Amino acid sequence: MSVKTRTLVLLTPLVLFLLLAIFLFKGLFSDPTKLDSALIGREVPSFELPDLYQPDVTHNQEIVGGRPMLINVWATWCPTCYAEHTFLNQLLAEEDVYIIGLNYKDDSRGAAVRWLQDLGDPYAINLFDFTGLLALDLGVYGAPETFVVDAEGIIRYRHVGDLNERVWRTEVGPVYYRAMQESGLEIPEHRMELVE
Amino acid sequence: MNPRRKKRLIMTSSILVGAAFATGLVLYALSQNIDLFYTPTEIVQGKGDNEVKPEVGQRLRVGGLVVPGSVRREGSGLTVAFNLIDVGPAEITVEYEGILPDLFREGQGIVAQGILVAPNRLQASEVLARHDEEYMPPGLAEALKGIEHVPPSQQNYNQNNDNQSNDKNNGAEEEGSGGGYDR
Amino acid sequence: MIGEVGHFALALAFAFSALLAVIPLIGVARSHGGQMAIARPLTYGMFIFTLISFIALVWGFLANDFSIAYVANNSNTALPAIYRFTAVWGSHEGSFLLWMLVQASWAAALAVFSKRLPLVFAARVLAVMGMIGVGFYLFMLLTSNPFERTIPLIPVDGRDLNPLLQDPGMIIHPPLLYMGYVGMSVAFAFAIAALLGGRLDSAWARWSRPWTIAAWVFLTLGIMVGSWWAYYELGWGGWWFWDPVENASFLPWLAGTALMHSLAVTEKRGTFKSWTVLLAISAFSLSLLGTFLVRSGVLVSVHAFASDPTRGMFLLSFLGVVIAGSLLLYAIRAAKVQSHSRYDLFSREVLLLGNNLLLVTATMVVLVGTLLPLVHQQLGLGNISIGEPFFDEVFMWLTIPFAILLGFGPLTRWKRQKFAELRNSLLLAMALAVGIGFALPWIFADVISGLAVLGLILALWIVFTTVAELRLRVASREHKWPALVKLGRSHWGMVLGHLGFAVMIIGIAVVQNYEIERTVRMGAGDTANVGGYQFHFRDMQERQGPNFISDSATFVISRENGKHVADVVAEKRFYTVTRQIQTQTALQVNPFRDLYIALGEELDDGSWAVRIHVKPFVRWIWAGAILMAIGGVCSLTDKRYRLRRREEKKARKQNAAEAS
Repeated sequence: MSVKTRTLVLLTPLVLFLLLAIFLFKGLFSDPTKLDSALIGREVPSFELPDLYQPDVTHNQEIVGGRPMLINVWATWCPTCYAEHTFLNQLLAEEDVYIIGLNYKDDSRGAAVRWLQDLGDPYAINLFDFTGLLALDLGVYGAPETFVVDAEGIIRYRHVGDLNERVWRTEVGPVYYRAMQESGLEIPEHRMELVE
Repeated sequence: MNPRRKKRLIMTSSILVGAAFATGLVLYALSQNIDLFYTPTEIVQGKGDNEVKPEVGQRLRVGGLVVPGSVRREGSGLTVAFNLIDVGPAEITVEYEGILPDLFREGQGIVAQGILVAPNRLQASEVLARHDEEYMPPGLAEALKGIEHVPPSQQNYNQNNDNQSNDKNNGAEEEGSGGGYDR
Repeated sequence: MIGEVGHFALALAFAFSALLAVIPLIGVARSHGGQMAIARPLTYGMFIFTLISFIALVWGFLANDFSIAYVANNSNTALPAIYRFTAVWGSHEGSFLLWMLVQASWAAALAVFSKRLPLVFAARVLAVMGMIGVGFYLFMLLTSNPFERTIPLIPVDGRDLNPLLQDPGMIIHPPLLYMGYVGMSVAFAFAIAALLGGRLDSAWARWSRPWTIAAWVFLTLGIMVGSWWAYYELGWGGWWFWDPVENASFLPWLAGTALMHSLAVTEKRGTFKSWTVLLAISAFSLSLLGTFLVRSGVLVSVHAFASDPTRGMFLLSFLGVVIAGSLLLYAIRAAKVQSHSRYDLFSREVLLLGNNLLLVTATMVVLVGTLLPLVHQQLGLGNISIGEPFFDEVFMWLTIPFAILLGFGPLTRWKRQKFAELRNSLLLAMALAVGIGFALPWIFADVISGLAVLGLILALWIVFTTVAELRLRVASREHKWPALVKLGRSHWGMVLGHLGFAVMIIGIAVVQNYEIERTVRMGAGDTANVGGYQFHFRDMQERQGPNFISDSATFVISRENGKHVADVVAEKRFYTVTRQIQTQTALQVNPFRDLYIALGEELDDGSWAVRIHVKPFVRWIWAGAILMAIGGVCSLTDKRYRLRRREEKKARKQNAAEAS
């Protein structure tokens, strides 16, 4: 065999390794939270939960749908939620985003109410899920999590982790505003770029 | 044929035969021993776009959360049965004879391996939980992403209704052989 | 304070490794003796500062310095002092610091013992060690700093060490394993240095052989201790689980074993040169791959938030540079190497080639079994797991030809062997092996298990051919015994290694086929009969440990005829800080069987689920591994590898002349 053919033969281990490296690389970045939730494209599961402020008022799945909205899962024991809260307030104030708050297995009702009184309440409706029933149905992994639901009540997107300007601009915002556009609702001037 | 050629021919062909034999063996053994991973919902409703349901008698792995209150011992022996759930509402029942792992608790994510004895009943040969408190079985984390999340203030030690915390910080990686599953 | 010292020392060690990676190679390129000779002091510097850094972390643990985050996460004031020391390598950052200390120690040992080597070669080898160091130190400093602070919120007490690691086995397991893993980097450095120099001769093989054997001995012992630890600590009675973490240590062992044998051929006969170099690269690459798999979370724990991709990314890039770079160098340089040696089909060369091919096949099988789930999932084919039976089955089939060849190998001459010369001894060995292999189970066991018989035959075949080989070596001598003693340590090393393998096969064959496992429900006062023994559950007591509370059950074991064997205690511990439950098994041991009791959970009526195993010959598995390791040590002490004063002086003089 000539030196050239020998070199080619001896390159086999390198080729094999590179193939393997591709899979390792992909494996490294296969973030489980990125995979589609089993619920995307389906309706929000049915539920019956009390209101956070008024224990005797209950809400069910009928509050979902009718217009695009976010469902935000939060709790007072979750430091990331604290960081996220300012941004949610800003979303309400500047873009009038419709958000349903799902308080998830909190320490107590009182703690959750105090939190909203101290930090402001960005939620149109507040659900109190003490046992985590709805969260379990939604497949919530931890708090915070945010679901985008369209006017038909279909889950369009799920974001694990906190919402912030970057996430809103690149991931969640476009889905929300596209749903807004489909239902013929108004989109704030400075967010038009998200649907273009 | 000169002796050198002949020698080379014998060497090459025996290596080829050996390689073919080894590949065949590996493929055969693989086909016997690959266990597909299912979630309870996938067992009940079918997996993938074609909604393929596993057959009764198939060996498989299932991962899910132990439904609180569903753990029961059957008879006076050591058979235990419990229900597993993922996104709901589908539940399957797992039967297991033997000692559950130390970290087996209600509400905890576990993986059971065994044979499907009825469309929603698994006879488990093995039940795995992870030693790492913050662990979620890999297959489960992907298929399910739902696990009970308990505020740290509610964590307390009680074997019957202890919940698992899934704090978002890094768990200690275990080093060394054998580190890993708890049976 | 101590944290800053440790961190700073680590940074200095990095600086030394960076200099070590560059300066000696510049020296080689410019034929500048001084620049080449500086490799040694740089290596010592790298070692000393890594040691200081390590001592700083140990100090942090012993002094309960919870201002260091790593200490706070892995220790506790209630933790016994010895475990506070071992907690240093209880988790990722600290264990990596230990890894670095081991790496620096190997480099320092190389610097000390390489004085016989030509200066150019020694400079290249040490520079390669420096390059490996650069990657690892950078990894630590950038992604896994063990000295990170908890300031300003210093915790009052730490979160305690994982209870599983609070055990004597864990004191020695990681250091031994790392000695083995990282030791493969020495063989790698030799191979790369040889490729760089373009000279793949038998001198290279002779130099790197003792280092490879030493690393292999550590790896063997490390894996053995890990298996032993898993056996009694995890409480499920198994000794090997084909878990990805275990496979990660088994892969370099298989490649290392192949390398050891291939080096023998290259040293003695000057053939298989490029194959040997490839094995040396593979053994270390597999060590690195194992590290990546264990520490990046690709396989072991896919926790959505924990899998910080930067660490994995760094390791993967490093892996890519090291492995792809060396394989490329290999393809370019090894292509020019020609082997001239001639050998017949029936010769020791061909038998060793067979051994190598089987070992490489075994490596591939483990690699496929470990990585296939990952690949399968990445191809979008769904989530799978590969069960233990896959590995068990394939390894059983691979062991058969391996053991048969192993019997032939040592008897056969290099170059050419006439079969007729060996026919009688081989036939005798085979007859004895088959006869005794059937007879033993027939006499001692109630049922004859086919697989156990097969295992015994293979093991006995190895034993008898080894004896035949020793007879052959002294056949022409007048005084047999003195001749046997004079055979040379290296020869005895081989004999012990092979016998160790036979002992291990016996252990595996018997325990897999004759073990008895029973799970029973027992309360205080109950008795269970398992495998010819009576296990009487005497009482249950609560006991307070330093950082745990435990339920301790005392069992009285006796023979069925009532003869008392021993009282043993099985425990269920609850570690109060980590809130983890842990099972402590009760063991009663003799060379021929283990009695193993693990406590399950407490049942409603106060009785307990108890698992009892009777495991015949299980100790032989580890005894076999120890015997193999002793064989390795024996080879290391061979005359050839001991410092030859005169030669060393000559080399030193020559090196001094080059340097000036």
